[in-house]
Amino acid sequence: MVLGIDDPWVWSAYILTILSMLLCVIYGALNWNKGDEDEEAQVKEEMEWHKKEKEMEEKELGIWDEEG
Amino acid sequence: MDNYILLIVIALIYILMVGYVGYIAWKRTKSADDYMVAGRETHPFIMALSYGATFISTAAIVGFGGTAGVYGMGLLWLTVLNILVGIFIAFVLFGKRTRKIGHNLNALTFPEFLSRRFDSKFIQYFSGAVIFLGMPLYASVVLIGMARFVQTTLQVDYYLALIVMAIIVAVYVIFGGIRGVMYTDALQGTIMFFGMLILLIAIYWLTGGVTAGNQALTNLVNIVPASATANATATGFTGWTSMPALGSPFWWTLISSLILGVGIGVLSQPQLAVRFMTVKSNKELNRAVAIGGLFIFMTTFAAYIVGSLSNVYFFQHTGMTAVQAAGGNLDSVIPAFISAAMPLWFAYVFMIVLLSAAMSTLSAQFHVQGTALGRDIYETISNKKKGSSVKVARIGILIAVVIAVILGFILPGSIVAVGTSIWFGITAAAFLSIYTAAIYWKKATKVGVIAGLISGTFASFFWLVFQYKKSAEALGICKAITGQSVLITASPWPTIDPIVIGLPVAAIVTIVVCLITKPPSKEHIDKCFNGIK
Repeated sequence: MVLGIDDPWVWSAYILTILSMLLCVIYGALNWNKGDEDEEAQVKEEMEWHKKEKEMEEKELGIWDEEG
Repeated sequence: MDNYILLIVIALIYILMVGYVGYIAWKRTKSADDYMVAGRETHPFIMALSYGATFISTAAIVGFGGTAGVYGMGLLWLTVLNILVGIFIAFVLFGKRTRKIGHNLNALTFPEFLSRRFDSKFIQYFSGAVIFLGMPLYASVVLIGMARFVQTTLQVDYYLALIVMAIIVAVYVIFGGIRGVMYTDALQGTIMFFGMLILLIAIYWLTGGVTAGNQALTNLVNIVPASATANATATGFTGWTSMPALGSPFWWTLISSLILGVGIGVLSQPQLAVRFMTVKSNKELNRAVAIGGLFIFMTTFAAYIVGSLSNVYFFQHTGMTAVQAAGGNLDSVIPAFISAAMPLWFAYVFMIVLLSAAMSTLSAQFHVQGTALGRDIYETISNKKKGSSVKVARIGILIAVVIAVILGFILPGSIVAVGTSIWFGITAAAFLSIYTAAIYWKKATKVGVIAGLISGTFASFFWLVFQYKKSAEALGICKAITGQSVLITASPWPTIDPIVIGLPVAAIVTIVVCLITKPPSKEHIDKCFNGIK
């Protein structure tokens, strides 16, 4: 019996939800500043993509929104 | 009268907040250069909450929360998958590569991404058609989840609620919200987070704490009259805090439809995959894992816990189980609990929470459906470029909204979670193999992935029409042709979800055909995977 639940298949799920959330939080925290080695190029590339998407929305959906 | 004033005040505060955030976003990013500057100071909160708000809708909160009223805490396995697969694997293993390859190929939609990666127009319009034909079901259940809540909270007619909701969504979509401006999505995500947090605290407060509340739910199965759970027990139900009998129809529905369908299907959701291409850098994706994980935990964990424990609350106060108190409709469990147990102001605030959840998901769905018809189908087949498809895309959105409303009128009760699983199952069967091959398998061939795409799609449609009881009975095609409602009536076959058949079929066909056909040219692969370590 863990946390008022008998079935190990259910209480393990209960605890795993919390552990998987912690995994995400810890991963995010450890890598908080990683992945920006070539950030300038990445951002530039993204901007190009964003421009094209906006063009698609303007021309094909007939709308234009300011932010991505 | 006072109640309506309260409602109007809460609604006005919400509208002002959304308007203010939209204005800030608009002011901050007037030109592409501003966007570049904004890009350097990355916004992991915005990306993660926008993704989360698109993923988690009224379907998850009202539909799956209500389903937990019957299936109990075993449904928490879905939260585990939602976090591990829907956030961790999606962001870390799929997101980074999707972003890079998508940029290398200038792909703007999910079908276009697959089509350019394998250099096949067929992939684009076939995928566009799957999305355009299948997604209205998902859009419809999101709308139904919202309408059920309005019906219960405001005590209005369900059909009236449905139409009013559809009009509000249509107006939101037409006036600029079509792409779900990320800033407003993030605000809606924040509102969802705190609304669910309050609800989680409240349910444990009302049932005496975590251990005491769970214990009361564990004991409940022995206290409720046997007649209250007779139908469920006959198919494998053993209690709200224990797994159903292994291999029973109840077990298959819980595991194959509810947990696997949505838990795995999330990876190949077109409206979510596109989100990865709007991320500014890998750093932002890394950071988003932390925030996304926390967000999905709070929203889904709270929904399933509240759905399960509402049985304790209703039994103590009315002597009924949650489903009985909700009039037999699973989609009404969460609305009924909030109306009965929470103060009126919270019910109104929660209505805003759900409206936020529905809006952010629906706007992304309608956007994807519009581009599926305009860009992926019409433009690809007619070979026309730029501008010519604007009318087609708009008509596509209009058709999608109308079909969603019509389905809202004709679909039966307790449909929200089932409808969501069916859609997620179809996308997993159709797209997961080709999508995984696209980002990880350089030797995957055009013929191979097309074979997998077609076989997965048709296997899952065949199963839906001829074997999966819930859909086959409703469609009636199998009955008309064979005289039986499903092909194999022996248990557990009618309760095995299409994903269990469609996904392995697609994976095996993809692998086998790719191995025996000629791999793509090195130049093309180098272009696709440029910059990926």
